[in-house]
This record gives sequence, C-alpha cells and structure tokens, in this order.
Amino acid sequence: MRAGTPDWPCLPARTAALAAAPSAVPRRSPSPRSQSGGAWQRREPCGAMEEVCARFVSQKISKARWRPLPVAALQPPDVFATGSWDNEDNRISIWSVGDVGSAGLNGEYQGEPQLLCDIRHNGDVMDMQFLDQERIVVASSTGSVTVFRHHQNSQTLSASHRWENAHCHADQYTACGGAACTGVICNNPEIVTVGEDGRINLFRADQKDAVRTIDNADSSTLHAVTFLRTTEVLTVNSIGQLKVWDFRQQRNEPAQIFSLTGERVPLHCVDRHPNQQHIVATGGQDGMLSIWDIRQGTMPVSLLNAHEAEMWEVHFHPSNPDHLFTCSEDGSLWHWDTSTDVSEKPSFLHQGGRSTAYFSHSTINQSVVSAWLSNDPTKDRMEITNLIPNQTLSVNTLDVLGPCLVYGTDAEAIYVNRQLFA
Amino acid sequence: MEELDTEPPVTVVPGADPARTQLCFEWGGEPRGPSCVFVVRRDQDIYMETLRKLFNESHGIFVGLQRCEEERAVRARNAQLIQVSKNYRSVIRACMEDMHQAAISARDSALHSQYSIQVSILSAMELIWNLCEILFVEAAPAGPLLLRLLDWVQLHICDVDNMVREVLSSENPSKHKLFWNVVDIFVLQGRMDEARHLLSKEAIANPTSMNMYKILDDLMKKMPVPSVGNTQTLTEMELKWQHWHEECQRYLQDGTFASSSHMESICKILLGDENAILEKKELMTTWYHFLVTRLLYSHPTVKPMELRFYAQSSMDMFLGEESSPEPLDTILMAAFEFELHQVIKECSVALSNWWFVAHLTDLLDHCKLLQSHNLYFGSNMREFLLLEYASGLFSHHSLWQLGVDYFDHCPEYGRVYLELHIERIPLNTEQKALKVLRICEQRQMHEQVRSICKIMAMKALRNNRLGSALSWSIRAKDAAFATLISDRFLKDYCERGRFSDLDLIDNLGPSMLLSDRLTFLGKYREFHRLYGEKRFSEAARLLLMLMTAHIAPCSFWMTLLTDALPLLEQKEVRMLNNHADGLSTKGVQFLLVLLF
Repeated sequence: MRAGTPDWPCLPARTAALAAAPSAVPRRSPSPRSQSGGAWQRREPCGAMEEVCARFVSQKISKARWRPLPVAALQPPDVFATGSWDNEDNRISIWSVGDVGSAGLNGEYQGEPQLLCDIRHNGDVMDMQFLDQERIVVASSTGSVTVFRHHQNSQTLSASHRWENAHCHADQYTACGGAACTGVICNNPEIVTVGEDGRINLFRADQKDAVRTIDNADSSTLHAVTFLRTTEVLTVNSIGQLKVWDFRQQRNEPAQIFSLTGERVPLHCVDRHPNQQHIVATGGQDGMLSIWDIRQGTMPVSLLNAHEAEMWEVHFHPSNPDHLFTCSEDGSLWHWDTSTDVSEKPSFLHQGGRSTAYFSHSTINQSVVSAWLSNDPTKDRMEITNLIPNQTLSVNTLDVLGPCLVYGTDAEAIYVNRQLFA
Repeated sequence: MEELDTEPPVTVVPGADPARTQLCFEWGGEPRGPSCVFVVRRDQDIYMETLRKLFNESHGIFVGLQRCEEERAVRARNAQLIQVSKNYRSVIRACMEDMHQAAISARDSALHSQYSIQVSILSAMELIWNLCEILFVEAAPAGPLLLRLLDWVQLHICDVDNMVREVLSSENPSKHKLFWNVVDIFVLQGRMDEARHLLSKEAIANPTSMNMYKILDDLMKKMPVPSVGNTQTLTEMELKWQHWHEECQRYLQDGTFASSSHMESICKILLGDENAILEKKELMTTWYHFLVTRLLYSHPTVKPMELRFYAQSSMDMFLGEESSPEPLDTILMAAFEFELHQVIKECSVALSNWWFVAHLTDLLDHCKLLQSHNLYFGSNMREFLLLEYASGLFSHHSLWQLGVDYFDHCPEYGRVYLELHIERIPLNTEQKALKVLRICEQRQMHEQVRSICKIMAMKALRNNRLGSALSWSIRAKDAAFATLISDRFLKDYCERGRFSDLDLIDNLGPSMLLSDRLTFLGKYREFHRLYGEKRFSEAARLLLMLMTAHIAPCSFWMTLLTDALPLLEQKEVRMLNNHADGLSTKGVQFLLVLLF
C-alpha cells in the first residue's frame, strides 16, 4: 500500500480478497531450475534440426497458416500461407513443401518451401485464417478484412471480397480513422473479426455488409478471437479479460466475463481445446500461459510462467490435443506435451495389439483432461521442449496440423518441421 | 585514418528542375509556386530484396559470435572463428546465387544490369573475405599457406570450369582447340592429377610423344607439395623441392621436350619461369592468380610476411604499363601486405554500404588482431563501423529490429545511439509499439518506455478507447495518466449520470492502486453497485470512507454529499448512529455540519 492511503478495515469481502492476496491460483514456473522433483522436464533440441527446413524470405512474417486438409485426407499438409508485416509492400504468399529428401529439378533441397504465388496486401497482416480450401480471410492493420481466393490451376491469388472499414475509430475531431483489425476466425461461411476499436463484427462470406456488429464491445483493444461453439465466441483484451459472446442474444453485452487474478496483464492469444470445449488456453503479455475452465469460476485454473516476453500464439494440436504449442517475442517456441508415458500403464494393457491402442487412447484422453486442469504439479508429468536452438528475434506465429509445424519469425525466415512427432 | 580531402559527390535528384528552385526550404511565408516533395534515399542497397536475406542471415551469425563463450584453448578458438568466417562466406555465396537467379529472370534490362552489378560486387566481397580468412583469421603458416591460396584461386576463377566441361564432353578431347588451354590452366592452378589425366588422353592419341609424356607425367607426379598435416618440416620439403627443381632443369636443358612446344612450355612453367607463366596471361586473367602460380613453382614454402614482395612484383609484372590497379586490386594488395587498417579503409571507400566492413572488422576484432587505438572521437574502429551499419539499418522501415542487436554489442556508444533511434520508429499499430516497448524494457530504458506508453495512451484517449489508455498507463506505471483517465470517466459520469465502460471499472483489480483518482473511481463505482443491490449499510460505510480518506477530487464533493442524502433516510443507516463507532458518528456529524 502506498503511504497516505488509509486502511480499509470493513471492506466488502470481494475487494478485500483482491487487495490482499496476490493470487488464489498457484502460479507454476516450468523450468528445470525451480523444480527439483523432476515433475517438469525441459529438453533442449538435440540433433533434431535435420527435420526443420528454413527459408529466408526477405519479409518479416506475422502469420503462417497451413491450408486445411480435405476431410478424408491421409497425407500430411503440404501447402501453407504466410502474411508479412512492417513492409512498405506487404504480401500474402502461398508456399508448398514437397516430399522430404527428394532432390528438385535444380538439385536444390526439395524440403525447402517453394513460393507458389503471392499478392500485395495493403497494411500489415494482423491475422489470417483459411475459410476453406481456396479462400483465405486476412485482417489488415488498416482496419479492412479481405477474402483472397487461391486459384490452383493458374497458381494465382486474387482478392475476392473486401470489407473496407470493418474496424475504425469514431474520432471526435476528425473523420473516421482506421483502427487495426487484430483477430479473425472463420467457421465457413461465418467470419468473426475483432479490432483495436473494441468492435466485434460477424460477416458471412457471400454478403456485402456485416450480419452483426457489436460496437464498443470492449473499452480496450480486443487482441484475439476464437469460436467456443457455433454461435459463441471468446475474445481476449488488453486488460486481461476473457469474454464469452453469444450471437443469439440481442443485447451487446458479453455472456460471461473472466479475468486474471492479480495484475491485469493484457492477453494476446486464445485457443480452445478441440475436444473438451470448456478448456481454454490464453497467452499473456508477460509470457504467462493460463488454462481456464469456463464451466466454473471466473479465474483461470492454472497459470504457468512460460516465456519471458509476450506470447503471440497458443495452439492446441487439432488431432493430438495433449500437445500445446506456444510462441513468443523472446524468440522461443515451446512444445507442451502432457501425454503420459504408455510404459507407466498397468501391465495388462500391454497385451494384444489393437485393444492396447484403444485403451491407452481413451485413458490418455481422460488423463489429458486432468492434466490441463490439474492444480497439483507433482501428479502430472509435462514435457516442455524449446524447439528453437539459437533464438534471436521474435517468433510471431506458428501453426500445427498433423505431423507438420510451420513458424515464422521477425528474422524474415520461415521454418517447417514435417516430422513433429518422430 | 587520414581524412579524405575531396569534395562530397554530387547526387542528382531525377525530376528536380533547378530553374524552378524546387529543392529549397522556406521558413513560413508564402510558398513560391507548386511544391513537390522528393523522397531522397541514402543507402539504396538495403532496399534490395535479395540483399535482405544477407542482412538477416549475417545478423544471426553475428549474434551467435558475440554470444558464444570463448574457448580456452587457442586451437579450438581458432577453429571456432574459422567456422564463423566460413558461415559468413556461405551466406554471401547464397545471396550471390539468389541475385544471379534474379538477374536471369529479370525482364527489365536496367534491373538485369543492376542485379549483375550486385553479383559482381558480392563476388568481389567473397574474394576479399576469403583472402582475409586465410591470412588473418586462420593465419596459415608457411606451407599450408600455399595450399590455401591455391584453393582460393581455384574457387574464384570460374571460367575454367566452363572450358573444362566443354573439352571433356567433346568426343575427342585431345583434338579440341581448347585442349592445351585446359591442360595449361590445370598446371597453373596446381591441379596436377587432372592435368595428368588429360595428358594421358593426348599420349594415347599421339603415340609418338609417348616418351615425352612419360617423363613429364613423372615430373608432375613427383612434384613435392606442402603437406597439410605435420608429416614433414619445411626444411625437408625445401630439400625435396630443390632436387625436383634441378631434375626438371636437366630435362629442359637436354632438350627432351624440344619437339612439343606445349610440353616445353609446361616444363618451363614447372620450373617457375616467369616469362613462360606470363605468356598464359589470358588464362589466368588476374595478377593474383599469377602471384599464386609464381609462388607455387618458385617459392612453395613462402612465409606470410614475404608475400608482400611477391605480390607487388606480380602485380607490376602482370599489369605492366597499360593499366592501373583497380580498387579491388588495391584492397587485395593491402591484404597481402598485412595492412589490416588499410584493407578496411579501402573497402569502406569502395563499397556502397557498411555491411562488409562492419562484419569483417568485428570478426577480426574477435581474433584480437585490431589494435585498440581509439579514433579521435573516442570509440574504436570496430564500434564505429558497427554503429554506422546499424544506423543504416534503422533508416529502413523493417530492418530496424536487426539494428538493435548491433547496438547492444557496441559498449561505448551503442546504448545512446539505440535510445535516440528507437524513439523515432513510427508506431502504426499497437503490436509494433509492444515490440518496441519490449526492446526498451529489456534494456532498462525507462525514459523511452514512458514516452512510448504516453504516446500510445494519448492516441487511445483521443480515440475514446479508455480501456486501452488505462492498460498503457499501467504498463508504464504512469500515475499521472491514470489520474487523467479517471478524471475523464468522472467527467462522463457527471455529464451523463451514469458510467461508461463498466466492464473496465468493475474489473480494475490491483491496478486500482496505481493512482488515488483511479482508486476513488473504483470505490465510487463499488458504492453505486452496493446501493443498487440495496446493501445500504455497507454503501454508507463506503461513502463515509470515501469522504474521510481525502482521495475524492474537490469537484466531486457536492456529488458525494448529494449521494449521502437518500442514505440518511434509510433505516439501517440511522441505526449506525447508535453504534459506539467513533468513525461513523463523526462522519454523520460532519455531514450534518456541511448540510446546514
């Protein structure tokens, strides 16, 4: 307490809790130095660099996204899109990653990403998402949202639709100024965008005007958005709040508000568990990873002191959700692995072939639930690996699909790892 | 370094007409006519897209070099530095190939020539760097020195490969018109095995020269070369070489090769006859090739310090009277003379940006080769060059992030330069501001942190984003700004009778304590909530505390008192009076005094 402020002897219960205890939720710092028991293991990458292909692309990469695979596809993803920022001439580019190991026509290493096509983009690429196999929705720092179409026959990109002033400040003194659109999420054909103006827009891919706009949804900047259910979205903002918005309700109020305990550190990214829809992970400006259970309470379930600087993206692996990936301004990319070791299972599960697989899968799912939501660090085993050996500049973006990981940095390079779980 | 006493070069701005006095500035007053704004850029190179890869990759190597721990053992340290040097060179080569590809695919002829010029500049840079690596980083001693120089020459005279390919792929190599050229160039570059292989084809095709061929082949096979390992000392090698040289001499004087002029000239070359070597001028194309060939065949155990004499004489002999040395020649000559500072100075003058000299000087500094004499303004040469290079990076809209790391590793002036440059980066989006802020915070640049947060908070306030403004002032721990924001909220409340942005005020948490006004705002809102929930006794207690704690602004006293009035009518509040609670009684008395 600062000198001069009086004590509050009869404060109502809630404010007392806020002012007194730093945090009701224990914060864990996963690092080998603070843990002696060995519950946390942190591995540095060792000789795994042959699987990673790097390519310097002369533009700082702000977003990289794998093109989604068709539903019944067996092969790993091989095409991804990137967006650049901080250039006079920003570009959206589509790249292809061929088969590992085979030499190309020029003798170059085929594993390196090859540029298929690119197109100029007005403003920094703030966020990007594939709407379907051919269309990409891009959020710009000028406040516009553009849908690009990738024509696979001619390998060209074209702008198919644009919502010009999706986000803008209603300035009292001047005309409407552009506000950056900071996040976009798609669920074909719906597109939800959020921006620095605190507005939430709901678009449909084929309609010219917004279906629904929530003005002044937030008094601070909305940093990211993701779908919770088909009609509900989650947003995070710069005063450390996680809000649930239900588009079925007509009023412009969030259905629920969650906030961090202690300091209101801005939250930058959010992702929902692919199977357990109540588990949500967010990343903060101080590099903290928070896991929330939105069925209960208004505070996070666990707080993990992870990176040393802003966490830009957090992703649950879409098909192996016991794996989580985070990347940060401090130049590191962490792979969080809560899948328990099969050898620890009771011995009867080792007999037989297919039945073993079935049992271990379902028990893994159950232990995953408890792993992410567990409050007790000694019970769960989590392996955390930093996938970048020589960190220099920020890793701005990452995306995982199947066995493939792509990430982009401010050192103007793209990295692809196609054997993530080898 | 002495100052160059020349006039600065004149830069012509295309499109500017001197007659219309377009390039000028006015201090207010009426403009003279239609005015145009010309964007003049220094440092055009950093805007080339292909060169950006060079800057980024070399940045990674630079940072790695600064960070890697110094090995204790001299040999391990040497190996480490050689590896770094090779990394730099491979980056230059990769950039060269990309530029070459770009040149080929460029449709515009101006662009094509621009790329081609860049390719040749990069090739020259790699040539110089390679030589510096051999002479300074690796500091090859006599013996291995010659081998390294041979590799160097072989790597950089590329026309040979085309010629060789042409001859070898023809059906009858020995009848090809360039056949003897190829054999000669192999001999000039010391590639004995390949020369012998080709000669064997000639011998098969021309059986009459079999005798001569056998002798020549034998001589070439027996030629002593310095070994890489330590299997023989220099003296042993010299003795062997002397014997071999005398044997070659005997064969030549006996007239063994008299019937074949080609073979005779090869034998003369083997003997180190300068005139014979000079006859092959067009094949060697450069004086440094001539130098290395000369050394190979006359002084294979040359010591590093002796290079300068041979270099000077080779250049004079090769260039003769007609041509004067070009900048590249003077740089290489300075390197052969082991004049490090001269090399760096010449490169700075000849090249258009600081990339090359900055990184090379840094590497040489790590090899502890640069004397630390200070330049007249205080910092040493390495730091000066790095500062210049990084300042150039900061003038680029995107490469400024690389410049930060370079400033970090300039101990004297780096921090000051960084502080001045980083304030001038335009902050278009919040994300960019966050990145700049993180850079400042990591280096404890509190002034810059405050200034950036204030700029962003003001912007947010002007756009009516009060929550964003508050989050920026929390980041800077700026109590004054938090007070400003709270005043804005309170003003809104007075005007409209209700609070805006309830989601913010209701959830302030511990950040409420940043400033008194903010605390008051939070507690006042709390009071309203309690009143709305009809918890009147708690509301009354809170209101009393707000009044007695002296954190309410004077303008708000009337409002507080007006809020107190309905409370006084509530039954629970009247009950308070009967409590032996000193505070509440005093408070009520206070209220009554003020009301009447």
